[in-house]
Amino acid sequence: MLKLTDVDTHYGRLPVLKSVCLEVRVGEIVCLLGGNASGKSTTMKTILGVVRPTAGRVEFEGDRIDGLATEVIARRGISLVPEARRIFARMTVWENLSMGAFTRQKAPAGEVAQDFERVWTLFPRLKERQHQLGGTLSGGEQQMLAIGRALMARPRLLLMDEPSMGLAPVLVDQVFDIIRAINGQGTTILVVEQNAPVALSIATRGYVLQNGRIVIHDTARTLLATDSIRRAYLGED
Amino acid sequence: MADVLAILPQQLVFGLALGTVYGLVALGYTMVYGILFMINFAHGEIFMIGAYVGWWVLALLLQVPVGALHPAWVLPLMLLPAMLFTGALGVGLERFAYRPLYLRGATRLGPLISAIGASIFLQNAVMLTQGARMKVYMTSLLFPRDWRIQIVGASVSALVIVMVGVAALMMWGLHLLVQRTTLGRSIRAVAEDREMAAIMGVNVRRVIALTFFMGSALGGAGGVLVGLYYTQIDFFMGYSAGLKAFTAAVLGGIGNIRGAMLGGLILGLVESLAVTFMNPAYKDVVAFVLLILVLVIRPTGLLGESMAARAKV
Repeated sequence: MLKLTDVDTHYGRLPVLKSVCLEVRVGEIVCLLGGNASGKSTTMKTILGVVRPTAGRVEFEGDRIDGLATEVIARRGISLVPEARRIFARMTVWENLSMGAFTRQKAPAGEVAQDFERVWTLFPRLKERQHQLGGTLSGGEQQMLAIGRALMARPRLLLMDEPSMGLAPVLVDQVFDIIRAINGQGTTILVVEQNAPVALSIATRGYVLQNGRIVIHDTARTLLATDSIRRAYLGED
Repeated sequence: MADVLAILPQQLVFGLALGTVYGLVALGYTMVYGILFMINFAHGEIFMIGAYVGWWVLALLLQVPVGALHPAWVLPLMLLPAMLFTGALGVGLERFAYRPLYLRGATRLGPLISAIGASIFLQNAVMLTQGARMKVYMTSLLFPRDWRIQIVGASVSALVIVMVGVAALMMWGLHLLVQRTTLGRSIRAVAEDREMAAIMGVNVRRVIALTFFMGSALGGAGGVLVGLYYTQIDFFMGYSAGLKAFTAAVLGGIGNIRGAMLGGLILGLVESLAVTFMNPAYKDVVAFVLLILVLVIRPTGLLGESMAARAKV
């Protein structure tokens, strides 16, 4: 579904991604692990065309998408739950979700309403607060809103950048349950995480990024059992 | 003092009329700032060119034998071309004078200097093509002087009522557009987080161009209204009017649409009060002292948010 081949990305002259190869197949949850500044978020930005790769190719459903404008890539069915949520703070919850459905203005009447219902079912709290400004929500609620907003686009591929960051442990479990549920409903997911044990527990496969290179990739189960991964990311020694 | 109080209602009417037009022009500054964080210093010239387009339409209508001119159809005929022309001019400015700069990561100063350049260019272009002498709006042919009514001691001309009405209608329309429509939501989304808006599928460049179009068209409409009101226009009129409208935008909180309307209204009323109670020569002094006072007490303007509040989210 999504395939990165030998992707290099630079910030100015500084190389951030080096020959990254990564594949996400239909129906999978793929987990991208790595420490700070390993290039995880840059990988997301490269897929979305926010930054342009300097070499290599990004393909989505068989077509090259590197070089396309971000909004064009979005219309092809990729959406993002960004790092630090980045909801529109000065817009209401309802307006945020409606922005999520921006690419679907020509959708049959009722379809978008149906998706609102889906988000309200997943996050009843958001429905209660639908007329409140996004900026007045708590951190956890904002994360739910960011997820709901991304779902409103009915993405075929959902990118999630550190969905557990800054959340209380109870909420982390809840968010990952929801990720699993979304995947169960047919959305393919690429999730970037620092919280490796939780992420790998729901993922099909995982990649490990280090200094902009993919150093390991394997099934999630194997990664969970690999000693070096346990040491580096699961906090064991 | 009794004399002064006797003319007060009249002055307040003038203040209201002027204030709504300041607000209309201020919207152009505030919308562009809200989305690009730059001050479009050529906006005053866009306002001036709107006044010229309106003048041309009126002059043309006076050439052709169409019978009596009635504002009910003449005014829309003046406003529409003026707004389309200035809207297109705003889009052109963005495309050729600002976009090349901000797309290549210029600092905020770059587009600002470019805007000042565009302002000087437009002033001189109008002076060279239209002449440096002022042109006279034949307002009395459109709004006869005896079209006026008495409201609590003030004599209100039909022109003032129409000015306030047109400006208020446009502001209301803009408010509905920004608050209630998908286009309005995408404008606000781009203003808040350009990158996320693009990720939602919004064509950011088109939204920026549309914002310029709307802001400039409102400025052009303001030009026509002011031309009708003062009956004299020249190539330099955008300088002081632009400065006033910019002041109104800052007073209300730059970047905030309701703030621009409020700021315009306050500025217009304060100026008219200054004219009533003091030497009229001091009206600009009073206006700018008010601006300074507001900024000292509320640095972000009356309805503005602080940058810190923006950065937090």
